[in-house]
Formats: sequence, C-alpha cells, structure tokens
Amino acid sequence: MRFTINGRLHEVEPDIRTSLLDLCREHLGLTGPKKGCDHGQCGACTILVNGRRVNSCLSLAVMHQEDEIVTIEGLGEPGSLHPMQQAFLHHDGYQCGYCTPGQICSAVGMLDEIAKGWPSHASTDLEQVSLDDAEISERMSGNLCRCAAYPNIVDAIREVAGADARTGSDVGA
Amino acid sequence: MFGLGKSHTNSLRMDAPQPTSLLDIGAQNVIGKPLDRYEGPLKVSGRALYSAEYVFPDMAYGVLVGARRGAGRVVSIDAEAVTSLPGVIDVVTDFKTFIRNPGQGGETEAPTQGVEEIVYFGQVIAIVLAESYEAARDAAIRLPVEYEEAAGRFDFAAHKHETDVPPENNTPAHFGQGDLDQAMAEAAFTVDASFTTPSQNSAAMEPHASVAMWDEDRLTLYGSYQIPTKDAMQLADALGVGKDQVRIVSHFVGGGFGSKLGIAPETTAAAIAAKRLGRPVKAVMLRQQVFDATVRRSNTEQRIRLAADAHGRLIGIGHETLTSNLPGEDYFEPAGIGTHFLYPGEHRLITHDQVRLNLVLSGSMRAPGEAVGMLALETAMDMLAEQMAIDPVELRRRNEPLLDPEKNVPYSSRSLRECLDLGAQTFGWDARETRPAQRREGEWLIGMGMAAAARSNLLQSEEAKVRIEPSGRAVIETAMTDIGTGTYSVLSQIAGELLGLDPRSVDVRLGDSDMPASGGSGGSWGACGSGSAVYLACEELRRQLAKTLGVEPGAMTLKDGLAIAQNKSMPLAELVGDGIEAMGAISPGKQKDAVTQASYGAHFAEVAVNAVTGEVRVRRMLGVFAAGRILNEKTARSQCLGGMTFGIGAALTEELLHDGRTGKLVNRDLAEYHIPVNADVPQLEVLFVAERDQHSNPLHAKGLGELGISGAGAAITNAIYNACGVRVRDYPLTLDKILPGLPDL
Repeated sequence: MRFTINGRLHEVEPDIRTSLLDLCREHLGLTGPKKGCDHGQCGACTILVNGRRVNSCLSLAVMHQEDEIVTIEGLGEPGSLHPMQQAFLHHDGYQCGYCTPGQICSAVGMLDEIAKGWPSHASTDLEQVSLDDAEISERMSGNLCRCAAYPNIVDAIREVAGADARTGSDVGA
Repeated sequence: MFGLGKSHTNSLRMDAPQPTSLLDIGAQNVIGKPLDRYEGPLKVSGRALYSAEYVFPDMAYGVLVGARRGAGRVVSIDAEAVTSLPGVIDVVTDFKTFIRNPGQGGETEAPTQGVEEIVYFGQVIAIVLAESYEAARDAAIRLPVEYEEAAGRFDFAAHKHETDVPPENNTPAHFGQGDLDQAMAEAAFTVDASFTTPSQNSAAMEPHASVAMWDEDRLTLYGSYQIPTKDAMQLADALGVGKDQVRIVSHFVGGGFGSKLGIAPETTAAAIAAKRLGRPVKAVMLRQQVFDATVRRSNTEQRIRLAADAHGRLIGIGHETLTSNLPGEDYFEPAGIGTHFLYPGEHRLITHDQVRLNLVLSGSMRAPGEAVGMLALETAMDMLAEQMAIDPVELRRRNEPLLDPEKNVPYSSRSLRECLDLGAQTFGWDARETRPAQRREGEWLIGMGMAAAARSNLLQSEEAKVRIEPSGRAVIETAMTDIGTGTYSVLSQIAGELLGLDPRSVDVRLGDSDMPASGGSGGSWGACGSGSAVYLACEELRRQLAKTLGVEPGAMTLKDGLAIAQNKSMPLAELVGDGIEAMGAISPGKQKDAVTQASYGAHFAEVAVNAVTGEVRVRRMLGVFAAGRILNEKTARSQCLGGMTFGIGAALTEELLHDGRTGKLVNRDLAEYHIPVNADVPQLEVLFVAERDQHSNPLHAKGLGELGISGAGAAITNAIYNACGVRVRDYPLTLDKILPGLPDL
C-alpha cells in the first residue's frame, strides 16, 4: 500500500494488526507521535490525516491507502518551527513534552475545524462559531496533559488563532 | 593554562547559612528570567527522544504478562502454547530475579523480588518476546498460566482495625507532645473531623519503558526514570551484578510525579530477556499495566483535631492517619508531614498507622504527605474559621508561629503571611460572602475558598561537572533528570549567570548514570540540589579564571563570554586554553536540623456548583507562592500550574477503585481514572512573593515542584462549601456526594 507522510511517498506492507501510530513509531522512524494509552483516551498520538486530526492509535495502518498524513515532524523542525510550535514554545505549553506533539497537531486541526464553522459542545451559536477560551478548552479536551500546561496551551492557541485565523487551513503545506 | 585532566572538586556541606550568593553579583542577568525551555524546540517538534524510542539492530519486542489473580502462586506457564505463533521468539521469566514490587524513591538496593508468589493483581510474572510488537502482544494475551489462588486482603474497610506502626520514613510514624485530649477539653473552640482520600495514580503521560542491551557483562538500559544514579544501583542489585555494570540513560522523561522514582517491573524483565536472547529488548508497559503494577498513592483515613483559644490561636493540633501498603513494605504515605511545622500549638499528636493490603505498591506521588494531608488539615481550618465566625485568611494570620512548634528552631524563611495578603488582595477575597449559599447565577451557586500551602524543603547529595571548552562554550554534566521540571533550562541559566555566558552557549547533558551522581528529580529537591552542584563547579571555574588573570575572583566580571578585570577584557575561549573543568558537590548538613525549611503559599479558588445536578466547575484559581529565589519564572510558574491542577483532580475526580474480592483495579486506564482535562481547568493564575533563603543552599532557592498541589484541593473544597453549604469529607467530591445536601431550589 502507499500513502504520503510529511510530503514523502511511502510504500509499505504493514502487518494488518499494525496501528497507524505503531507504523510511524516502529517502522518509519517517526517517533514524534506518542503512545500514551493505545486506546484513544489521551490524544498523545494525534496526527493529521487529510487535514483532519485523528488518534493514530485507533486507526489501522492498512486503512490509509492514498492518504496524506502529517505528523509533528512534518509541521516544522528546530530552526523553522510552525507558528503553533513556536507559540507552544513561547507560552510554555508543555513540560515533560510527551503529550506535546499530539497537542500541537490537535491544535492545528482544531483551528481548521473552527475555520470551517464546525460547532462544539461549548458553542453558544451553532451558526456563528467564534473562538474563545471555552471553545479552545472544550475542543482540546481530548488531549490530556498530566503536567497540566492547559492554561499555557490555551494561551498559545489563542495567540496563533488571533494572528492568523486561517492557520489551520493549510496544514503542513 | 589548564589541562583537561585537572578537575578540582568544590564541595559544600550545608553546615552553615550561605549569606551571599554569587547569583546576586552575576553580570549576565539571566537568572530567574522567563526564558523559553532549553530543550523546547526538540519537544515541540517531536524530536526529543524518550526511552521507548531508541532503536537498535536486531531488537526484540517484549510485552509483559500480569498475574490474573490477586493472591496466590504461579503453578505453571505454558510457553510452548505461544512460541509456535508466527514471530514469537520466547517467553522469559525468572521467578527469583524479576522484581515483584517497584522500587521506592531514593533506595539503592533491590526492591522486593520473586514473582512465583503473587501478592497483588496484575503483578508482572513474565515477558513475551517477539519480532514485532503485534506478535508479542497477541502471545502475551494468549499465554496460558495456571495459578493456585490464595486468600488475600483486598478490602481496606474490612482490615482497617488491624494496623501496624511502620518504621520512620522522612517523618516519624508517631509523634506526640503535651496532652491533646486535655487541650481539646479546655479549648474555647474545637474541630474534630475525619476525612478519607482514595488511592491515586501519577498517570504520567509516558508509560514506563525500558530498552535493555548488554555489551559483554555491562547493561545499558534506556529507561524512563527520575533518579538514574540510584535506579542503576537498584537494578544492579536486583540483577546481582556490580553497580558499575549497569548504566541507565534517561535523557527525556515523559512525566514522573513519583511513579518513576524507583525501578518498575519492566526493567528486570527487559534486562533478563535481553541477556537470555543475546539481543536488545524493548519492553514498554501498557497503560493498564502502569496502573496495575507500578505505584499508587495510598488511600488515607485522617482524623484532624484542632483546639483553639478564644482568639483563634491553636493550642493543640492532632492529625491521626491510616494508610495502606503491601505486607513487608516500609513506606507509608506521610499524610501528617506538613502538620508538624505549619501551625503552632503546644499539644500535638501526629500519627501514621499502616493497614496491610494485597494491592499494588503504595509509594511516592507528587508531594507525598502534604498532597492528601492538607486536604484534611486545611478543610478543618476552614471549619474552625466558620465556627469562630472569622475570615479563614485571618485565622491563618493569627496562627503564624515564630518558631517551629516541635523543634523550637527558627524557620529558614517563611512568607506565608505575605502570600495570604497578596493573594486575598489580588483575588478579590473581600467579595466573598461569609455565609454559604448566598450567591447564585442562574442554575449555579458561586463560592470562594482558600487554603494555605506548605511543602518541606529537602536537599540530596549532588554532583555536577562543568567544563569550559576551547570554543568558550560551557558543558554541564550530571545524572540529574528533567522530567518536565525545567532542569535543562535552570542549569543553563545558573551556569550562564556565573560564567558570563548566554544560556544558549551552555550545553546541558542530563540523565545518564555514568555522569556525576545525582539525587535526581523528586521531592522538589532537584533544581536546588543539582543547581547548587553546578553553582559550586562554576565557583571553582571562576577561581581558576581569576587566577589565570592574576586577580581575585571578586575583582573579575564575566559577561557575554568575556572575562573583564583591571580594565581589560579577554574572551573565555582565549583564557581556557585546552579547556578547564571542575566538579561541584553539595550535601546536606547541620542546616537540616538547625532551621525548619519549607516553601509556603496560599490558594484561592472560586467554584460554581450546579444547584440542580451538584456538578462542580472551578471558575477561577490563584496560587501565590514563596520558594526562595525563582530560577526561571516561566518554568517555575508552569510547575505551580501543574501542582494546582493535580489539586483540582484530587479534589474532584481522581480515585482508584479496587475490586474488593480480588484487588483487581477496576478503572485502570485514562478513560476511567479521571485526571483533569483542559475543560476542567480555568486560566489559573500564579504569583510569586520575592524571597531568599540563605539556609537552604547557595542558590538561596527552595523546592517548588510539589508546592502547588499542597492545599490546592482544600481551597476547592472550601469554595464548594461557601457556594452551596455542603461539606464533603470523603474525597473526591463527586456530584453524588454533593447532591443530597444542596439547598432547595
């Protein structure tokens, strides 16, 4: 099967039991996505598949024929960080760093959902979704952080959203 | 000039105060500054490598097998039933050598070994090895194990009257002074209240993991550990090899909170399997296994007694606690540890009794003692304030002791009153209704609460090596770890300040037991201890630089990579020739007992309690803290945010539930064990009160990492009472416990 990760075409024949997360971590040398629970409960494995955020531990690798996948490594690297990575750095939106790649991918995917007008449980107006702290917290609650950088994560995302409300729409480009 | 081989050690035992700190005369002006994390770019880009991410040729995957009985014995393991599956290599166990209970923090000997006997459900009994993770996981699930089941002690309530007195452990198990019963009888005001807190799990986001490989007779283990120096000693002892035959590498640790202080079962399993196979072995605990077979914070039952005179001044204080642990384990949750020194009162009784249960090991979790003890003590203080009809902040102001009430020695520094005053003012405490259930917004009842924070300041023996390279860059090496605490950053700032370097010109190398010995990350001692060792090494380097310049160190200024003296400046790169290096070493001394050392703070919380459902939302929270010199304002603030959030979890949601029939942990994953999520945590505020502590160490800093949790949950409990008039003393304060007491709609 074939798919693109971080702009690079891969042709692999994974074990049918291999999750997308384990494919990245154990076979492709992409250890940015983290395994925190392997059950879709913590969000540390969040990556972007065709622009949408997914828990890669809950998705089998063989389901991703022709998909375009972006992991944290594809967003940016030291020296040329993605604005969201830069904001997490500046606002200290992490401590141990283990949930961080998932948080950042999730934040990027989440802003795209806002840009598309998708409402959440926290939205007061389902037609006109506006970004406030409650929206950010609600939409980021699938990404656990035991160090509890949550207030700083909200600060980081708010800053990026304020600087460019469309940041999420050209993910990994 | 100096040769590299010449490494002087600058040692300091803390036998006397250190009135001056070189950090106050540094010219670089980087100490304390809110710099972005040193290792931040690696973490935000996914390039920081955690232990399970090291890859070696021919590496085998191991998946651990946990016992499916709570007590008994393994009769047989049918390895042949799975070794024929595709990709499966072997099933490895060693009934004598596998560790049964994880190691406790700071120990240097092997933890309890031997896994044929089963003493708790989920105890690791074997490891399945395969060519792929998927094959190993399949085989581990299918592996037939025959057990002989035995009766176990699984139910705290059923056994709580059968207690023993554990040995002293940081704090004495039993302490008494004066006559508390008499004080209670004579007091103008008294509180006598009991509290319970459940078992909890650290739930660090990175599961415990080990990649083990042998080179001849030397083991290198990439493991997620907080104290590589001592963990390597634990592991060497467990494996029966010399301590120089084990190296543990922990460059990045994905959170610890106590759960990675000592070695966990995957270490010996991976090491033995790697030896048996002659191949590197990777063993990562499943999330469920982290819950089942690492460490829990013990549940507690606590009785608080407060005896106050007519002015609210405490004359007596009692804190009697019951905790649980496995048979034979010395550790007890020191729930009364903060009560020893926080408040005055001549008559005192602080006890810890242990109930023996067949449940996973209890050990250290963030702020062992204070985290749960303050949930009880600071709620009782709120009850006392209400009874006296005085402001809870004022009650604490009236109970500021001049001397430690038990040791009769001064406090090294104590800015609790300043924290209370600044917090009350900043939070708008004046707006609090003194009677409960007075403020309502729609369905929500709103209330405010506060609590004090205190955490003992500890010092471990620490070493660090600092080198100035021919390029003029500095390199720090120590076995100390950064578990999210900011070690990389603060050490680069200390060296930067003292050597006159931009912290980006300092390379920090951490987390390798081959490096200078460290007490590691734990007990809030990491930054002060390892920072002091770096300080001392830099002090020696400054002497060497001054000597080369022919001046006294005090006559030399180091700034921006230049040494400036006698109106001349010279780049460090030119001064150091082939490079110079020095060791720094600090150890605890007489200051430990000459003064009482602790960090202090005050929490203020505003909550909303739903008048219909009893749901609690934390709306605002402020923590004001004093912990001596702050080494990096940004990482320090984050530590406090993390502690306060642990407090939210402890107050409202976190509770491990064991099946009373088998000891099996029922909620053994992150969907069922509820740590706070983003939506549970408002935009918390943190303020620091300026303070210096010359008794603690030459940095004049004190521990901070655990201060934020101390008292945080109690501030929420007290706010809930203020909001709705319901005082729940059985943690966590879930809505089912609040609902029956809510006022009529």
